[in-house]
Amino acid sequence: MSTFDQVANIIAETCDIPRDTITPQSHAIDDLGIDSLDFLDIAFAIDKAFGIKLPLEKWTQEVNDGKATTEQYFVLGNLSARIDELVAAKSA
Amino acid sequence: MHLEYFQLIDRIASLDLEGRSIKVEAEVPLTSTIFEGHFPGRPLMPGVLLIEAMAQASGFLLIASMNFERMPFLAAVKDAKMRSFVQPGAKLEIAAKVTHEGSGFAMTIAEITIAGKKTCNASLTFSHVPFPNEEFRRHMATVAKRIGLPQSAGTQD
Repeated sequence: MSTFDQVANIIAETCDIPRDTITPQSHAIDDLGIDSLDFLDIAFAIDKAFGIKLPLEKWTQEVNDGKATTEQYFVLGNLSARIDELVAAKSA
Repeated sequence: MHLEYFQLIDRIASLDLEGRSIKVEAEVPLTSTIFEGHFPGRPLMPGVLLIEAMAQASGFLLIASMNFERMPFLAAVKDAKMRSFVQPGAKLEIAAKVTHEGSGFAMTIAEITIAGKKTCNASLTFSHVPFPNEEFRRHMATVAKRIGLPQSAGTQD
């Protein structure tokens, strides 16, 4: 199962969102309506599933500072790529 | 337990920072204005305050584990169960354990026992941020010291 599929399944189960409405182009906040509290549950499930620690604080700070866009981290295709990077960095 | 100040923890019985667990004690006061309304002729400790007591126990554990640099705020309560009535004078033993440490958030499980009987339990989620100011941090350190948080856990000042 791809990283995206795992993330999409987590979101569908955690937030009670129909799985078939979740695509790699979906923006977790703007398209799926996931708020910051719900995202903690998603982050928890992702941390557990992938054995990583999503750097939510760092990402939020970068967005707030204008150094990154929310799309870079919260469009699910991009989020999945970030997860792959974190997994690779951990096993390196 | 100082209900009027929302300080529900009386004493820290044990703290295991490595194992991320804590046990605390709290005695429900015999009298409080809360019991005048909750309920007349049948005083009971409100369930929301029992949840708050579990949250405060978890909170001191998290504050200590983060070396008094960050303040946890209760963000979510799941699977809370109030299994029996808690009356004035009850001696609560509250245990909490960290189940997950994320980026800017943490999760705990907590339970209250009275005379060895499990009375309440819940899974709690906290977001945590750096203390917004030194006054706040010092206040929490003072409270922690008063209830017996070990000096090694960051309450030196």
